[in-house]
This record gives sequence, C-alpha cells and structure tokens, in this order.
Amino acid sequence: MLGKLTIDALPFYSWVAMGGAMVTVLGALAVMGVITWLGAWGYLWREWLTSVDHKRIGIMYIVLALIMLLRGFVDAIMMRAQQAFALNSGGYLPADHFDQIFSSHGTIMIFFVAMPFMSGLMNLIVPLQIGTRDVSFPYMNSLSLWLTASGAALVMVSLVIGKFSTAGWTAYPPYSGIQYSPGVGVDYWSFAVLISGVGSTMTGINFVSTIFKRRAPGMTLMHMPLFTWTVLTASVLVVFAFPGLTVSAGLLELDRMLGMHFFTNGDGGNMMMFANLFWIWGHPEVYILILPAFGVFSHVVTTFSGKRLFGYTSLVYATAAIGILSFTVWLHHFFTMGSSANVNAFFGIATMIIAVPTGVKVFDWLFTMYRGRIQFRSPMLWTLGFMVTFVIGGMSGVLLALPPVDYLMHNTTFLVAHFHNMIIPGVLFGYLAGYQFWFPKAFGFRLNEQWGKWAFWCWIIGFYLAFMPLYVLGLLGMPRRMEHYDVAEWQPHLIVAAVGACVILLGILCLAVQLVVSIRQRDQARDFSGDPWLGRTLEWATSSPPAPYNFAVLPEVRERDAFQDLKERGIAYEKPKKYEDIYLPKNSPVGIVVGGLGFVFGFAMVWHVWWIAIVCLLLITAALIVLSSADDNEYCITAKEVEKIEKARYRELAKAPRILLPESEEVVPGAPIQGAVP
Amino acid sequence: MTARRTAIPEQDAPLPIDGRDEKAFGFWVYLMSDAIIFALLFATYIVLSGNTAGGPGGKELFDLKRAFAETMVLLVSSATFGLATVAMVSRDSSGVLRWLIVTFLLGAAFVAMELGEFRDMIAQGAGPDRSGFLSAFFTLVGTHGLHVSIGLIGIAVMCVQVVMKGLTNPVASRLYRLGLFWHFLDIVWVAIFSVVYLPGVLDG
Amino acid sequence: MASAQQQSGPTKRTYGIGLLLAILLTAIPFSIVAFGLLPKVPSLIAIAVAAIIQVGVHLRFFLHLDFEHTPRENLAALFFATFLIFIMVMGSLWIMFDLHHRMM
Repeated sequence: MLGKLTIDALPFYSWVAMGGAMVTVLGALAVMGVITWLGAWGYLWREWLTSVDHKRIGIMYIVLALIMLLRGFVDAIMMRAQQAFALNSGGYLPADHFDQIFSSHGTIMIFFVAMPFMSGLMNLIVPLQIGTRDVSFPYMNSLSLWLTASGAALVMVSLVIGKFSTAGWTAYPPYSGIQYSPGVGVDYWSFAVLISGVGSTMTGINFVSTIFKRRAPGMTLMHMPLFTWTVLTASVLVVFAFPGLTVSAGLLELDRMLGMHFFTNGDGGNMMMFANLFWIWGHPEVYILILPAFGVFSHVVTTFSGKRLFGYTSLVYATAAIGILSFTVWLHHFFTMGSSANVNAFFGIATMIIAVPTGVKVFDWLFTMYRGRIQFRSPMLWTLGFMVTFVIGGMSGVLLALPPVDYLMHNTTFLVAHFHNMIIPGVLFGYLAGYQFWFPKAFGFRLNEQWGKWAFWCWIIGFYLAFMPLYVLGLLGMPRRMEHYDVAEWQPHLIVAAVGACVILLGILCLAVQLVVSIRQRDQARDFSGDPWLGRTLEWATSSPPAPYNFAVLPEVRERDAFQDLKERGIAYEKPKKYEDIYLPKNSPVGIVVGGLGFVFGFAMVWHVWWIAIVCLLLITAALIVLSSADDNEYCITAKEVEKIEKARYRELAKAPRILLPESEEVVPGAPIQGAVP
Repeated sequence: MTARRTAIPEQDAPLPIDGRDEKAFGFWVYLMSDAIIFALLFATYIVLSGNTAGGPGGKELFDLKRAFAETMVLLVSSATFGLATVAMVSRDSSGVLRWLIVTFLLGAAFVAMELGEFRDMIAQGAGPDRSGFLSAFFTLVGTHGLHVSIGLIGIAVMCVQVVMKGLTNPVASRLYRLGLFWHFLDIVWVAIFSVVYLPGVLDG
Repeated sequence: MASAQQQSGPTKRTYGIGLLLAILLTAIPFSIVAFGLLPKVPSLIAIAVAAIIQVGVHLRFFLHLDFEHTPRENLAALFFATFLIFIMVMGSLWIMFDLHHRMM
C-alpha cells in the first residue's frame, strides 16, 4: 500500500539528523501558524499563490531562493565545522550524514538557490525592460514556479522522511546505482532535479518567446538592454542544455527502478556515459547561471557610473560567444576519465578560449567606470567585489583547463575553491546586487544602505577566509568531501575556512536585518519617482511597484538606453492623451495544483507507491487538458480604471524631488542621490 | 497586444496557422528542446549498441518488415493529419474531424504494433534489463512511442474541441501546434528507422 | 497573403508529394538492407543519405518550412538545434568511442 515507506524512514539514527528534521517541521509549522494567526491564507491564495503576474511570480521565486539559501548555508557551515574538528577523530557527524550534507548542499545551491534566484530576477525585470505587459505564457510561468518549488520541497522532505543522496550533487554511477546506493536518497535527488528541471525548461521557452515576440515597438535586438540579452542567451541555453539533465537523471532512474543497464558495472552498461550526458547539461548550466548576473553587473556599473555602457556591441557578442562555446567544453569536468591526448587537448583548448569573451566583459565594465562619477552604493560594491574576486577564480579555472594540471588537482579542495570562486562572486554577488538594485522597483522603497554595506563586507571577507585556504589545501593534496583526516598540517587551514563561514553567516544576518530595518523604515525610503537610481532602461519608466499592466501605454523605443532617451527628449513623464482597456490573464490555481501534484508524484515515485504516482499523473494530465482548453482567461482593466491608477501615479510623481539630468537641461522627477546631480 | 487575443473568429481573417504567433513560436522552441532529448537518447543508443552482454543483438531481434510497416503507418498518418489541416484551412469542420479520426486510428495502430514488438522481445527474454543495448533500445523507441501516445490524447482532445467549439481561432491554433508535434514525431521515427532498425539488421 | 498561403501553406498537393517522396526514401534503404543489395559500408552511407533527404522532405512538405515564408527566428532555432545536435552527438560518440578503444 505504501511501497517502501515505513516508520523506519524517520531519522531516529542520529541526534543531529533528528534536530534537522525537527527544525524543518517546526519551521514549516511556525510559518503556517503565523499565516493563520494573521488570517492571511485567503489573501495569500488570491493575490500570490495563484497569481500569474510575472512580477509576483518573480518575487515568489526570490523568496524561495532566499529560504533555500539558508538551508544550503546551514549545510555549508556544518561541513566546515566538521572538518575543522575532525583531525584524527570522527568529528560530530557520522560519515553517512556528512555525505548527505555535501550532496544536499550542492544540489540545493545550484537547483534551488541559484536557479530560482535567476528565474526570479528575470521574471521581475525582463518584461519591464522590454516594455511589455507580461510574459508570452503566463500560465506556464506559474507552472514553472510551482514545479521548481515542489522540487525544493522534495529535498526538504528528505530531511524528515528517509535520507538524502550520499552521491554528491552530480550523482555519478555506479555509486549512485541501486547496487551501491540501495536507499531512497538518490531517488530524492533525481526526482527533485527532474521535476524542477521541467520547470526550468518551461521558463527557458517562455523567455525565449517573450524576448523574441514581445519587445516594445522600435526595440530591435541591438536596442535591448544588456540584462535582457543575457537572459535571452541563458534561456536559449536552458532550452538546449536541460535535456542533458533530464536524460542523464532519467536514465539513472530507469537503471534504479526497472533494472536497466545504462550506467551499471556489468551487463553492458557504461558509467562514463552518465558523466558525458550530465556535463552536456552541466557546463552550459554554469553559464546559464552566470550570464544573467553579468547582465545585472552591466546595469549596475552604468547606472552608478552615470555613463553609457562601454562596448555594448562587444558585450552582446561576448555573451553570444560564451553561449555557443559553453556547449563545446563539457569534457573538462572529467578529464581524468582517461581520454586520449587528442580529446583532452581539444576540450582543454576550448576551455581556455571561453575565458577570452569573459575577459572582454571585465574590460568593458572597467572602461565603463573609467572617468565615471562612481557612487559606491551597495549594488556597486557587490559588483566591484565580483570583478576582483571573479578574475582570481577565472585564472584558477584556466589552470585547471590544462589536462595535466587537472590530473593533479581533480577531486581536491583546489577544485572546490575554484568553482566557489566562480559561483559565489559571479552568480551570488550578481543576484544580490540585482536584489539590492531592483528591490525598490518591486516594493516601492529602497533597502537600507548601511546594512547592505555591512552585508557586503562580511560576505567578501568571509569568502576570502573560507576559500583561499582551500586552494592551499588542494595544493597540499587534500581531497574534497573528507569526513575526517589524519594530516595535522591541514587543520589550521580548515579552521580559518570555518571562521570564514562564520563571517559569511554574519553577512547573511546583515541581509536579514537589512530587510527588517528597511521594511520598518520604508516611509523614509519611499521611491515616488519609480526611478530611484536615475536608471537608463525601461524598467525605471514605470511606477514602483508597477501597476499590474506595467505600462498604461506601451513605450516607443528609439535608442539603446530607452528610458534615458525619453528623459532627455523630455517625454519620459508625459501624460498620454487617452487610455485604453487593458486585458490581462486571470489568476489560476492550475500552477500550484499541478506543482503540488508534482511533489506528491515525486514523493510516491521515491517510495515506490505506484498507485499514488499513477493517480497524480492522471490528475496532472486532466489539469493540463483543462488549462489548455480554456479560451477566455483574460480579465479587463477598463480605460477608466487605468486612468484612475495613472492619476494616482502622477500624484506620487509630484511628490518626488526634481533633479537636473546630468547630460541635458531636462528637469525630471528622481530620487536625490548623493553625487548624482552635477 | 491590447486587442483581445481570444477574439471571436472572423470568416475573412486567416487562421493563426502560419507559425508566426508567439504560441506557435514557443511550441517550436519546445520541439527543438525535445529534439535534443531524442538526440541524446540516440547518442546513448549508439554508444551502447554493441554492449549486448552475451544476449541477443539487433540482427536476431529486429523484424525489419514490421518496422517497415510501422514506418508506413506513421508516414500515412502524417499525411492524413495534413489533410485535416487542409480541411481546416477551408473551414470544413466535418472534414477536420474525419481526418483527425483517421490519424488517431493510424497512430493507435502504430502504438499497438510497437507494443506487440516489445511484448515479443520480452517474451524471448530480451527485455530492457537484459543488456545495455536493450535498455537503450527500449528507452529510445519507447520514448518515441510515449510521445505518440501523448499525441493520441491530444488528437482526442482536439476532436472534442472541434465538435464543441467549432473551428475558432484558439482551436485552429492548437490544432496547428498539435500538427507540428505529429510531424516532428514522424521525423524522429525516420531517424529511429535509419539508426536503429536498418543498421541493426545489416550483415556484420 | 492568400497567394503566399497557396505557395507555402498546407494543400493536398504538398502532403501528397511529401508522402510519395517519404515512402520512396524509406523503401530504397529498406530494400537495400532487406535484399542485401549493397555491402555494409555503402549500405550505411545510403541509409544516412536517404534519411537526411527524408528529413528535408518532411520539413519542406509536412512542416512547410522554407526560406521565404517561415519566420526567421523559427529557422534560427532549427539551425541552432541542428548545430547543437551535431556537437552533442558527434562529441559524445568521439569521447565514448575514444575511451572504448583505450579500454580494450
């Protein structure tokens, strides 16, 4: 009746695991309790959970990412603590539990922090930047969100019921096969990854279509803001790379569930095919995550240097080149598989070539800052921290691109240091910069600057403390993922790394405090103008937060920095002569219902409860047929209502301070930012 | 974009079936993604095709005549779906319905033939758990069969919609996308026939 | 618009031509293999050529793609997918068979 599910699935095996389970359950109960106490379920359901508005979906993605960041970080600090103590002793974690922690840390940080954070920012900003009212497929968008969330929920549930995978975030066979991992851990991993992967693929399709088909009149491809360009490239990569993940995780499950022999030791399996398929997805995935962050940096740098972006065209071509080259380097993740010199040389050289367009970008940002009027606000600090740190990580990557060096460094903490050195400054700093930069657009008030700066300094100092020692340890020969060790000279470095993790913890606390303080003091930091930083692109042309329809009248675009152009021509805040009825998609529960069913389906598959899985599949099919058969799913905001909303907006605008535009004689509403007015 | 996208059909305006609207484009992009899934399954099949682990290979197992018949059934079904599209352009809903039903029957026959082939192979002890080669074979061909089955559900749903709603713009647009899906599956089958069955029975 | 649809859009004629060509291009490699008309390597080449032409036939006569009427972004997506399929399949085969030879 319940497949493999018995009472033994509860974590009675260790106090630490039990503690994790309790925190998860109590945390979920506490959140639900608070919502019940506030009586907010109805509001939450009507306005958020069933919403198909891209801005709300974006915000929900980012909330998911921040919650999962906490979980992933707890994993990280537990590993650092274990390794700091575990010289000649077992530390406080049993080996099996430690292995679950590094597996869930990687899985969570990539799939349920970085991916939703990226999807969140692009949902929030891209439709505004290209001057449209919604994405191409708003219902599919809601579906993507909830499938991602149900994948995250599966990983969280594995804390309480059963165990997570011990096979690392890449789940290499044959270890992840049924013979060596007979438990449910790997199944949790693959279904979490498969279900959220479906969501990601749909997001990719949605944004390719949105950006190709819904740009404001006059916005050619080469007029698109750089963030939109990077999101377009990343979405194309999602569409073409995620099949690799689907196939590799799917075939692994066929091996595990139906006794097939794709990646088994005997009977004609070939385990290296898994590595090959996985990294066909895995390498483009790195660029899927990092390109949108590059887009964020481009906007932050121009805005806070008060200048036009240097080398727009070269940045666009560099982005496209990175996108294409990212499909030609995947073997560098498994050089040590033992290919012949020809194969290794090809992929080694391709890997080095991909550093070139990335270098072009760094120079473009530097030249944008050159002779600019730079304001060191917190988004800019994250960007500067990124530039310095990322270059170091990039250089360690070029070292690893040499197959002979990789043979020495593979599987050591040098590699761990390298990819954290790419992903933390490149991806996470970028998204945090975007979070600070676009927060006022989403909520109508700015985040506290002081706490933002402290958060940045804690993060960057913590980063260097936590990861520079890992480079040294790698050179000293320390393998990654060690639960305990007996080399005394490693321990000091590991203690420094643990201290670094604690400093990062302070950075996370600063971010939390920043959010609380900013909400409490929101009236002092209101953004009446919709343009708190004197931005140059169209997302700043609407109110903050934007009306459900984003733009009462779709803007006409003549220039690259479309909003800057409108301001300079003095028509950025012109009242339109008349308003029209606007049709928007109605909210729908299908997304969250299918997401919920996806979660139950995944859970049932993990525990081999076939009848529930079949029922879920039938219900999902039915829900999708109903959704796809609906003809009339739009509601109307009449011209009168639009006029009322817009009148309120113009009253707000009148409250905003006036400033003189730096490069023209135009006086426009804008927030007075120190140093912005010449 | 301010105009309602679900407008009442106008007799003079062309139906949204030229691949220009965003729904058709989005669906096209999905098909490209699906094509990559198949490409990777093909690559896996080729890599594992020699790994019979002492079990039967393609030469013993594949019935080329049956595969040829399956190909013919699927090719004809692609053409009959095309005739449904032609009927749609001339706004002949009974013609659309007729050809959709013919397509459905052909598709169902194809799935039945494929299931029969799988059953025979499993009965000979050549199931998907026998060897890497057979795992890859069943997964590649089975994934295609699963897609065809989903296409059959789509055809059934569209038949109901044509009866209930008539050839409105949204219905025509859905039918157009379903057609893309059906023709795409035909292309995948051509690849399966040419990569799996024909080389599989060639003399070594 | 009407004339454009007649040229590139769906008509009974296009589907008829498509079906005939497709059947022909299936029958040729089928008979080569079924009746053993050619040795192994030429057979494989014939199968590959017939398959590639047949894919083109499907794209032209069933999916109605051409360079004049099909939107540019649809064609771009198709070409990029073809390019990536080539890289992924050929790359995988190169990597895996290279490994295979070294393991022998």
